[in-house]
Amino acid sequence: MDTSTHQPVQQSVAERLDPHTATTPLGDWVRELCDAPDGGNLLSMTINVIIIIIAICAFSSLTAMVLVWMERKLAGRFQRRLGPTRTGPFGLLQTAADGLKLFLKEGFRPNASDPFTYYLAPLLPLTGAFMVLAVIPFGPSMWIADPELGLIFISAIAGLGVLALLIGSWGSNNKYSLMGGLRAGAQAISYEVSLILCFLLIVLASGETNLLNIVEGQQGNFWNWWIIKLPGAGFIAFIFFIITSTAELNRTPFDTTEAESELTGGFHTEYSGIAFSMFFLAEYVHMFIAAAIGATLFLGGYNAPFEFLPDGWWWLMAKSYAIIFLYIWFRWTFPRLRIDQLMALEWKFLLPLSLINLVFAGILIAMGWIL
Amino acid sequence: MDLVQTEIPEGFTRSAGGGHTEEYYLNMGPQHPSTHGVLRLMVRLDGETVKEIVPHIGYIHRSIEKMAESQSLIQNIHLTDRLDYLSCHMTNLGLCLAIEQGADVGVPERAEYIRIIVCELQRIQSHLLWWGCFAMDLGALTAFLYGFDEREKITDLFEELCGARLTMNYFRPGGCVSDLPNEFIPRILKICEHMKTTLDEYDNLVSKNMIIRERTQGVGILSKERALSHGCTGPVARASGINYDVRKDEPYGIYNRFDFDVPLGATGDCYDRYTVRIEEMRQSIRILEQACKDLPDGDFRSKEKPNYKIPKDEHSFSSVETARGNFSTYVVSDGGKTPYRIKYRSPNFSHIGAINDMASGYKLADLVTVLATLDPVIPDIDR
Repeated sequence: MDTSTHQPVQQSVAERLDPHTATTPLGDWVRELCDAPDGGNLLSMTINVIIIIIAICAFSSLTAMVLVWMERKLAGRFQRRLGPTRTGPFGLLQTAADGLKLFLKEGFRPNASDPFTYYLAPLLPLTGAFMVLAVIPFGPSMWIADPELGLIFISAIAGLGVLALLIGSWGSNNKYSLMGGLRAGAQAISYEVSLILCFLLIVLASGETNLLNIVEGQQGNFWNWWIIKLPGAGFIAFIFFIITSTAELNRTPFDTTEAESELTGGFHTEYSGIAFSMFFLAEYVHMFIAAAIGATLFLGGYNAPFEFLPDGWWWLMAKSYAIIFLYIWFRWTFPRLRIDQLMALEWKFLLPLSLINLVFAGILIAMGWIL
Repeated sequence: MDLVQTEIPEGFTRSAGGGHTEEYYLNMGPQHPSTHGVLRLMVRLDGETVKEIVPHIGYIHRSIEKMAESQSLIQNIHLTDRLDYLSCHMTNLGLCLAIEQGADVGVPERAEYIRIIVCELQRIQSHLLWWGCFAMDLGALTAFLYGFDEREKITDLFEELCGARLTMNYFRPGGCVSDLPNEFIPRILKICEHMKTTLDEYDNLVSKNMIIRERTQGVGILSKERALSHGCTGPVARASGINYDVRKDEPYGIYNRFDFDVPLGATGDCYDRYTVRIEEMRQSIRILEQACKDLPDGDFRSKEKPNYKIPKDEHSFSSVETARGNFSTYVVSDGGKTPYRIKYRSPNFSHIGAINDMASGYKLADLVTVLATLDPVIPDIDR
């Protein structure tokens, strides 16, 4: 692999990573406020953390609101109807209305359920979502944490969502819930393998596990993105990523976890009110996260498609929403796979092909046949 | 969690707990999204695999057959609407044919054609609803809306025809309650044209879909012998290769004048039941086009009688092919205004009886598929 192209990039990243030289309006304001020359005293750190927490909470609720609206609107269009129109302009306040309704509903807990696990489960998926959001680089100087092993961190945290489903389904003490939870566990463990193989391909290609460095490595025009830069292998890996992430998100055609025609509600059969809305909210935040990871790894993250255009968070948003559109399109087109077919698809088709693709990409990289 | 019941629920052949893993019972319904109404299925499961199914019916029993005994024959027609509400024109027709046979009432030529047109329109309407629900049970929600969209066009026609959208109450002994509205025939022909392209679109969206094929082919096989022994009729029997269609084999009305095919399946799996119904819609369009072309002028009803009485000890029997199969009406009279007894034979009852044969041994999701391809209407069973 030609390492000379990576060297200057890493230096520029190092410059950007230095918190003292990074110039962000908000950061400057905080530093001025606290009157700390090095910007590292306790007060400014506290304020920074509070701002981060507020930002993440606000961002995830806003994302969920927009995505629920988008999903309903697009579903309406796919189904020859209008979608929500009455609540606010273009039905934009539909999610707020839904949320209010769910909030005011009785938080019903079945008698036979286990209170601790029953109430613990709805809190977990959002926690996982927050932790992943923290490492996604939204812009050249817009990120919360930047661990060296960012990708490995993500793949570790991604399992937390499934834990919530398992706990919740077990705590509900309902056969439908339990079946949904067990399906979720089997599905998540299987598809995580392929998902990580997709990550591995990017690690192999870019030589980095740090998300910011991966994005910086794709700077320039759009043919520098890994989806095109690795001829063939990148595109195949992207398709595999879309499939496996759809499965990880438990969305149609892989929504056997909920499968409302078989399991009535799957793991959330017994959840109502605010507890249900936590699952619901997390589902959409997860959708954004999956799309953002896809955009970061394969589509150049916050990089503009052409060199003369300015980089920024808007590019990541645009790319993420394009992928989200795909997820929504899948959901409103495909029927659901059966659980055993789902497993067969992963272990007999996706996993071997991912491995072959990885080997193929390895050969491309070793021979230097990258664009 | 105590998932395993110790005593055997009603109807099961053996208790759960055998085998290499612990089996358990699952109660599906009467309130369940895919049991289509108030059917209740008790299922013995080994993990995801269905071992045995015991259907329970009777949750929407309205004693329609008992009610029939205290109402005059013509008052009974609106009760037949409530049996198979998705093919209520056909169930209306079943009772009307029985009354006509017993009370010796003739039907004018135009009325016969109107009956065929309306019945075939409703067969398409019913199959459209089934198509949507089938896709929804397999997880494709968009197809559900598409099916209802097309169905709406036909429902609008029916609303114009008789003022009702679901419980039509349109046929009368000796004809129909009113003539066709103006511009009805051109609109039907327009729908026929539209349906031809729509059915091709449906093929692209659902029939050719790989996931649908994976989930239906080779699933829920009902052999010819088992279909016969359960008394299955209609598309379910035809998918198992039984060439039986009341319209062809015991033609009622003027069905013998029309040229149409009876689609047959080969293996009797879910996909065959699916394709048979899709093909039936195409055949219904053929019948509609022929009937619309030949529709004569004339009366829509023979001379009305104040009372339709069937002579004492006269038994009249009629069979019609509803969208689900052979619907038979048996009227016994004691010579009075009201029938002594009316017995309906519903196709759905036989189909639900066959569900254990079809779905046991497959996965739980396949049970839903099988149920969807049976297209059951529970009020028809419970009456």
